[in-house]
Order: sequence, then structure tokens, then C-alpha cells
Amino acid sequence: MMSNNGVNFAPFWHNGPAPGSFYNFPQNNIKSNSAIDEYGFQRNGGPITTGTSIVGVKYDKGVIIAGDKLVSYGNLARYHNVDRVFKINENIILGMSGDYADFQFIKQYIDEIILSDFSADDRIVLKPKDLYTWLTRVLYNRRSRFNPLWLDMVVGGMQGEEPFLGHINIRGRSYTNDVISTGYGTHLALPLLREYSEKGPLNEETAQQLIQKSMEVLFYRDCRGYPKYSQANINANGVTVSDHEVKQNWDLALSIKGY
Amino acid sequence: MSSIGTGYDLSASQFSPDGRVFQVEYAMKAAEISGTAIGLRGKDGCILAVEKVITSKLHEPDSGRRIFTIENSIGMVICGLITDGRAIVNYALKEAQNYRREYGQTIPLKILNERLSSLFHAYTLYSAVRPYGICIILTTWTEQNGAEMYCIEPSGVSFGYYGCATGKAKQAAKTEIEKLKLNTLTARELLNEGAKIIYRVNEDSSDSDTKFKLELSWVGKDTNGIHQICPVNLYEEAKAAATAAMEQGDSDVE
Repeated sequence: MMSNNGVNFAPFWHNGPAPGSFYNFPQNNIKSNSAIDEYGFQRNGGPITTGTSIVGVKYDKGVIIAGDKLVSYGNLARYHNVDRVFKINENIILGMSGDYADFQFIKQYIDEIILSDFSADDRIVLKPKDLYTWLTRVLYNRRSRFNPLWLDMVVGGMQGEEPFLGHINIRGRSYTNDVISTGYGTHLALPLLREYSEKGPLNEETAQQLIQKSMEVLFYRDCRGYPKYSQANINANGVTVSDHEVKQNWDLALSIKGY
Repeated sequence: MSSIGTGYDLSASQFSPDGRVFQVEYAMKAAEISGTAIGLRGKDGCILAVEKVITSKLHEPDSGRRIFTIENSIGMVICGLITDGRAIVNYALKEAQNYRREYGQTIPLKILNERLSSLFHAYTLYSAVRPYGICIILTTWTEQNGAEMYCIEPSGVSFGYYGCATGKAKQAAKTEIEKLKLNTLTARELLNEGAKIIYRVNEDSSDSDTKFKLELSWVGKDTNGIHQICPVNLYEEAKAAATAAMEQGDSDVE
């Protein structure tokens, strides 16, 4: 000890990364691309700043997509009031969950497509199915290079007169359905949504109520949830993106004992 | 051009003894034989108006357009060889895209003008290429800088303008534009003025019996800085104002 002039060189921190290596995000135990590349660099291919579940519901005349306004950094509620549901053009709405940086990256390209659509001025515009297919190819291409875009996206919109709702996951796998959810929503919201959607087509009002209920459940049960959420509604009248908040009731907290 | 045909006009990289580059002058000629195009810059926006000559009865009137949009806020009209123009439009689109990827915003018109001018100029420097046979007018409107307008000539020279004209009746159009109080007029009002000028200069020209279609576009405060082909109702209104003004003019003469 005296050789250190009496200073104690204990480790700076515990359970953290060794010097020179990465912090391991709690949910992030799958490390893609973690092998050392030809230059000796190691990269973390997993998600860093993430958005949680997205919920999408198709009703008889349109589609609603909702997602809360939180972007997390691991377990930390890092960025509040961030939009994760977007109007892409007059025909398309999009919700994202997964790595927010990866989304910003792909959103740039989507915006370029929309701009060049406008420049062409040929009355041909991107429709939801076009974007859905395109995203499928991009995400599948990236997974095939072992460097996936860490995204789970929900595309909705009006394909002409018909409402459209589709889901694309990190590996480029995709499907369309009447009700779609990502992340924890697949466990928490989907059973609820299916219970109603399987009875037949929903109308706008019940779809709206279902979304509201789903966001409420997700806020209570998902630790990365947030009471504020935004929702995009698209139908023949156009797109509206609006902000909402879960009406919280913590009365039941009093009845929880024993922790 | 006394030295035409003396061999000094074969290459863009050779001066004539009296200090001119004939290839560039030919390019300007090419730009000047096409239908007149004008750009007007008012207090809250710009408009572009073109006399699109329809060379055959069999052509669709909407085809072969002369006004283009770069991204969503910049208007470009081409005067001269349409195909050269389309190449420039593609280049401008790419340039705007590069700028957006780098800086995350629409390319300022000043920058786009510089880059396109450089391209035009580069094509006057080498014997292996020919200059572009077009003049272009660029317009935009932004909250920050207000209305802006530039015109680039085949030589690569470019200026900012309040009002400019290129093409067949460029002189007549310039005279008409000078009569306007441009900085007091709105883009909405300029649409009518633009239409009037195009109709007037067509009437006065020697080949007034050739068919043409008026193309009109605007960008300004009213369009939220979006450059768009003038909506049908405003287009019809402008056209009506133009024909009315012509009849008025005719009766004045009598």
C-alpha cells in the first residue's frame, strides 16, 4: 500500500465493463457482430436507445397506430416526449420500436423517397404496401449481412380504398393482420386486441377504445412504458397524429402489501 | 460573327482571334430559339411562366413539360434543348439530395445556383464536350430569405434577378417585366401578370399562329414554400386575365 503513496487502487466500479470493453445493456445479451473485424475493432450490434411496444389496429374504414413517447437507454428512461409514430405521406403512417438510431437512419431514406415522389410530380405516390415491401427488403438485406437494423415496425395506411396494416421485424420477416403489436405488446396487448378483432370488423370508435385500453395496460405492466403516447389515425379523410395520456389510477397500490 | 466557319467554332476550348468562344455562343442561340420563359420575383414569392410551343397537333398538351421541381421547394424552368434540361434537373436533384444528407436541410438556392453554374461552366472548358444548350431559371421562397431567383446561362454566368426572361421573345418580355412594380406584388398577383406577358409576347412575335400551352408554377408564402404547378382554378383565372388584357390592348390600338 505504501508503494502507492497510501492511495487505495480499488476497482473504479463493480459489475461494469472492464476497461476498453463495452457496457453490457441489461436486455441486450444477444450481441450480433461482436466478433473482432479485420481492423481489430469490436462493435456492439445490439440496440442502445430503444422504444418499446407499438400497437396497431385496423378498423373497417382505416387504421390506428399508437406508441408511447419514451426512448429508453437500457433501463433508464432517457428521452421523454419523442415521437415514435409518424405520418409518412397522405397514405401512410408508421410506428417504430427497437433501436431509435437505426430508425433515424432508415427514416432519412424514407423521407428521401417521399421527396423524390414529390419532385417527380407524376401523380404516383408511395402507398403503404410499397413501403412495407421496401422495408422488408432493406431489413432482410441487413440481417443477411449479419448486421441487422434493430427495428420492429408497423406500417399502416390506405391502399387506395382499403385499409392496410403490416408488421416488419428485425429480420425482415413480415405479415399483415387486423391487429398488430410489437415488443411487450405482443404479450400484453395482442391477446386483448384479438379478443375483439376476432368477433368481426371493428369500427373507428371501438378501435380507438381498444388502443386506449392497450396503451393503459402497457403503461402499467411494461417497465419501459410511459403514460404519454402519440397515435396516428388514417382513413379516407386523411391522417391525424395526436398526443394522448393514460389516465392513471394508483388506488390499487394501497392494497399491495408484503414487498 | 464574321469568323464563323473559319474553324474557330469547332471546339469549346479554342478562342477565336477576336476573343470569343463560338461554341458558347451557339449554345446561347440554342437556348434562345425555344419558347419564352419568364420568372418573376414578388414580395412573398416567385412565379415561373413558360410559353411551351406545341410543335405538332398530335402531341399531348401536357407532355414535354418545361417546369420542374427540385425536392419540394425549388422551381426550375428550362429554355432550350429539353433533353439537356432534363439532364440538369437530374443533376440538381442529386445535388440537393447530397446536400440534404450532409446538412439535413434543403439546399439553399444560392448554393444550388453556384453548383449548377459551375457545372455549366465546366462544360465550356473542354473540347471533348459541348456546352449545355439551355438557360435555366431557379426560384424558391423560404421564411428565412424570402423570395429568391437566379438565372444561369450556357456560359455558366449567373445573376440573381427580380424578373428575368429567356427564350425567343426575351427582349419583349423584359420590356414588359420592367413595367411591373415587382416588389409590391404578391405571388398570387404575379401569376396573372406572368400569364399576361407570355400571351402578349406570343401575340407580338412573328409566329403567333403556332400553338402553345402556358405553363405556370409558383412558390411562396401562400404555398408554404412548396413549389407547385399552379392549381387549375388559379391557372384558368390567370389565362382569362391574359386573354382579357389582350382584347383590351387590341381595342386600345384601334
